[in-house]
Amino acid sequence: MTVSEIASVLGMTCVAGREAMDREVTSGYASDLLSDVMGHAPEGAIWVTSQIHQNVVAVALLLNLSAVVIAGGLELMEDAIVKADARSMAMLATPMSAFEAVGRLYQLGVRGEV
Amino acid sequence: MTCTDEPVLEMEFAVARHDFAAAGEAASRVKQVLRQLGIASHLARRAAVAAYEAEMNLVIHSHGGKIVLRVDSERITLAARDSGPGIPDTELAMREGYSTASDEVREMGFGAGMGLPNIRRCSDCFEIDSTVGRGTTVTAVVNIARPGS
Repeated sequence: MTVSEIASVLGMTCVAGREAMDREVTSGYASDLLSDVMGHAPEGAIWVTSQIHQNVVAVALLLNLSAVVIAGGLELMEDAIVKADARSMAMLATPMSAFEAVGRLYQLGVRGEV
Repeated sequence: MTCTDEPVLEMEFAVARHDFAAAGEAASRVKQVLRQLGIASHLARRAAVAAYEAEMNLVIHSHGGKIVLRVDSERITLAARDSGPGIPDTELAMREGYSTASDEVREMGFGAGMGLPNIRRCSDCFEIDSTVGRGTTVTAVVNIARPGS
């Protein structure tokens, strides 16, 4: 599934990096610890987090993730929006909790690496 | 065969203390350079992760420093050097989960005590050398596998 299809099915809003919405999502990861994500998130994963600052974009770009989901109705910070737009990293927002967002993604067939 | 120890590339990236806005830029440049050199993506990724963690350590803990990237035909070498404050107990610092980061930094999702272990995990060769009052050098090497090896 692409980021765009997932966003559409789950009612998630793209808040930055619209250009990258056609990327294929190949797995999923959830964490608010950046080093945990750095150490374990696979390339192409969609990352669910409650972090909203621009270092989230930097981590997603370095790992070549497919998208980031900002859960819990939190708002991505302005400098992060600018960075995600400039570097084309799809950033989605949802009022769902991280738990709920991961559950819905799993229902759609997105899996973590086991 | 000609000598293969000659460096094909050496670059330096300055990293400023507490500059969270620019954090990740050095690692991003490292990844970009390795890609341009045609380094295999799984090796470039390991080097980029190591560079990012080293860069964040400089931003969070050091008085400022630099990351030196050196690439020759056999290996990618990253050296993160700073001018202090130094680590009193490097063995403790290497322990997963141990961190001296402030609450503020932890709230941003840093300071999980996974940075140095992540660098070691990404490296074929890892060294940490630190003197309190003088500074720390972390060296990480990622071997470039030769065809047939």
